[in-house]
Amino acid sequence: MHPFVYASIGGALVGVAAVMMMGLKGRIAGVSGILSGSFSETSHERLWRVLFILGVFLGGAIPPLVSSDFKPPEPDASTLLIVAGGLLVGLGTGLGSGCTSGHGICGISRLSPRSILATCTFMAAGFACVFLLRHGFGA
Amino acid sequence: MSKQKLGNLASALASGLVFGMGMAVSGMTNTERVQGFLDLTGQWDPTLAFVMGAGLLVTFIGYTFILKNPAPLFADTFSIPTRRDIDKALIFGAVLFGVGWGLVGYCPGPAIAGLSYGYSATLLFVPMMIIGLLLAKPLAKFL
Repeated sequence: MHPFVYASIGGALVGVAAVMMMGLKGRIAGVSGILSGSFSETSHERLWRVLFILGVFLGGAIPPLVSSDFKPPEPDASTLLIVAGGLLVGLGTGLGSGCTSGHGICGISRLSPRSILATCTFMAAGFACVFLLRHGFGA
Repeated sequence: MSKQKLGNLASALASGLVFGMGMAVSGMTNTERVQGFLDLTGQWDPTLAFVMGAGLLVTFIGYTFILKNPAPLFADTFSIPTRRDIDKALIFGAVLFGVGWGLVGYCPGPAIAGLSYGYSATLLFVPMMIIGLLLAKPLAKFL
């Protein structure tokens, strides 16, 4: 099937997950915030976050078992880039109170001005970063 | 354990499962594809715009109906962020996140959803991301 079809189905599943989270639990499905809270919170508040993250991990494992179309290639980046990228993604989503799911999907759907601005900002920074990575620095 | 508490925990696990499947089906776990989407001036790959579009459409319509209810099914209230102010941490954080996203092609959801594929890059990225997340609180006061 065409990648656009898979992308639309996958995106709709993310939407269904966000709607389930709100309708059943009354929460935003923001991965960075939930991941952060699964370390800092205690008891029930920690447990549901750990379960959500476990769900994301297990859910990600299922589609490649069904079709090899869903098995991505290994990320192509040096160890230095992986370490820097991981630290920046963690620090940035922590400081900015959200990532692609919390700001990009849930926040924009609520028409939150903070989320709209954050999403435009991290998209622009992502575009600029890949531009420099692939077309700058004599690449 | 009360019925509400059990339902609440099961909801978190079930939502996470659907979310993770969405990550893998959509192609967000493919860092090459994500970087291709961010590469506007190169061989731009528009695929991920469909992920965002479909995700927003479903969430926007779903929220509109759900938030008309007085409360969610397994909790007493909706817990929705209320802040509307724009502060330095929001912008600065979003810039750092965008740069990190571009460097590798992973944002938090796909990195966790992709852990089971056993790639050393993913296995290194996720703990680094968690360290970054945990550093955010102590570092925020310097902004």
